[in-house]
Amino acid sequence: MIRFDNVTKRYPDGTVAVDSLDLTAETGKITVFVGPSGCGKTTSLRMINRMIEPTQGSIWLDDRDTSTIATHELRRRIGYVIQHAGLFPHRTIVDNVATVPLLLGTDRKKARSDAMDLLERVGLDRGFAKRYPAQLSGGQQQRVGVARALAADPPVMLMDEPFSAVDPVVREQLQDEFLRLQDDLGKTIVFVTHDIDEAIKLGDRIAVLRVGGHLAQLATPADLLARPADAFVAGFVGRDRGYRALGFSEGHELPHHEEPTVRMGETAPAASEAAEWLLAVDGEAHPQGWINVEQTAGREVTEELLYRGGTLATQGGSLRAALDACLSSPSGRGVVVDENHRLLGSAQLDEVVQLIKSEPGPAGADGDTGTGTGTQGTSGATAAVLQKGPA
Amino acid sequence: MSGFANEVSSSPLSFWSYFMDHRSADLQLLWSHTWLSVVPVVLGLVIALPLGWLSNRFSWSYPPIMTVSGLLYTIPSIALFVLIPPLLHLDQLSELQVPIALTVYSVALLVRVVADGLGSVSEDTRQAATAIGFTPLARLLKVDLPIAVPVITAGLRVAVVSNVSIVAIAGTIGFQNLGNLFTTGYQLSSGTSPYYPPIVLGLVLCVILALALDALVILAGRGLTPWRRAARG
Ligand SMILES: Nc1ncnc2c1ncn2[C@@H]1O[C@H](COP(=O)(O)OP(=O)(O)OP(=O)(O)O)[C@@H](O)[C@H]1O
Ligand SMILES: [Mg+2]
Repeated sequence: MIRFDNVTKRYPDGTVAVDSLDLTAETGKITVFVGPSGCGKTTSLRMINRMIEPTQGSIWLDDRDTSTIATHELRRRIGYVIQHAGLFPHRTIVDNVATVPLLLGTDRKKARSDAMDLLERVGLDRGFAKRYPAQLSGGQQQRVGVARALAADPPVMLMDEPFSAVDPVVREQLQDEFLRLQDDLGKTIVFVTHDIDEAIKLGDRIAVLRVGGHLAQLATPADLLARPADAFVAGFVGRDRGYRALGFSEGHELPHHEEPTVRMGETAPAASEAAEWLLAVDGEAHPQGWINVEQTAGREVTEELLYRGGTLATQGGSLRAALDACLSSPSGRGVVVDENHRLLGSAQLDEVVQLIKSEPGPAGADGDTGTGTGTQGTSGATAAVLQKGPA
Repeated sequence: MSGFANEVSSSPLSFWSYFMDHRSADLQLLWSHTWLSVVPVVLGLVIALPLGWLSNRFSWSYPPIMTVSGLLYTIPSIALFVLIPPLLHLDQLSELQVPIALTVYSVALLVRVVADGLGSVSEDTRQAATAIGFTPLARLLKVDLPIAVPVITAGLRVAVVSNVSIVAIAGTIGFQNLGNLFTTGYQLSSGTSPYYPPIVLGLVLCVILALALDALVILAGRGLTPWRRAARG
């Protein structure tokens, strides 16, 4: 647990970056600091590992006042990841990762072999181990940065916009892997971002800060979307929050009907024998995409004929994914699959809307849903684009 | 083989036979020239490291330290050779006079190089090192200095090569090194017929020495920075 107790930071030039902050980041959870540029996110984060000292108030790590712990000892127990990774350019990847264990006195051989395992955990091939940072892409460097922060198995991790310098596709990958990793590791994480979508995807709880270093609201993502505390938060959270809130409404039995299919490699039926759009599946009933029967009648169903724009709704997944599956499907029928991405059938838009209507609370964002053990984080990933099956 | 200089032609190109005639004496000069060029640079680096660190670490100290070292570098070498004995209570023509003067030059040159080299560490890397829990000394030795090596190496090359030429000047005021060859050539010349061989030999040996030391510094720098080559691919 990390607790800010009435913390204020006034820089020597008089700027008040953080103002009387009271806040607790719970053990084993991801707490996200979000807010516009200059609102004091980085300052707050760096006060935790004392790279910046508060002007007033104190910060507690479990039951210890951090100001009573020697800075380098404090920092070795806290992983830190920054935007451009900040790798050591003169050290190989494996030695970058092994840095903290070596500082803590682990013997070199063990530190290196642990580092190799960690590289794999963050999704990097072992072949990268002997390279230098300059030989890696930005996304790969960022993974190394995460591995380095995890190397000494610190109970606490501080992350300052760790994924914002990479392109959106890589960012989403990194976020998903990060959530998977956190499911295993259960670290106490404080995560800074200025991107509200990222905050909602990753956070167990979100602290919205406003310029001047005031805490505007501290809430679960679902609560934040459903009940913004004031106009500033409402504006910051954004326009389509009703729709996004559906992402936290999970566990519903989606209605679905049998959907006619054609297998890849088979011959498409004549236009008279089928509806306008026909779903193509592979040998294991994984949906591959839609074909337009009028254009493809009598031809072999191949990759090139597929329309892949539709998303998939997973049974038991979020209503947002179900709604999106209907809206994105050219046939208007949303494809429903089981956890193994096998076809269950299709749902109609009005059936999903009925389900949403039956939900309590505004737009179905019941304050109680999605506050469980980190499940809300995965909701964004449920609407996997109908392309490759398992994400 | 006789040692009479006038048996050798006075053409500039006959420096080689001049060398063969005075081989052991010339090699002796080359040797003392070499260590006079190298040792002060090493000492200069040792002194420049803490000064450079200081001016990088405390930004207020950068301007005065750079101004003083810049001024030191502008003192003509002859003047410095002459000034050092009285300042340090040494005998005139003391063995230490030249190495001390050269060390002063090396320090003057390398302080800036060390400061700028340490300053070349990126802000991200610096932040990461601090956040990871390096103590200040460990960070200097394991992060900042290794990353500063390319900049420091570039400075060492200049220092070593310029020392080779300044040492030669010390030779002209009586110290044993390749500079003696210039004086010898001058003394053996008579008004109408200049005597070139020792002068050209001195030049050639100075150039070879400078190139060799420069190559050594480059090699050492490469050895310490495998990461730079890797980055270039
Ligand atoms: N060293 C400093 N001296 C004076 N003011 C500072 C200093 N560092 C930050 N500030 C000011 O404090 C405020 C908060 O800065 P901080 O870096 O914490 O913002 P941030 O929320 O991380 O912003 P961003 O999203 O742009 O990274 C800003 O107004 C900034 O200008
Ligand atoms: Mg910031």
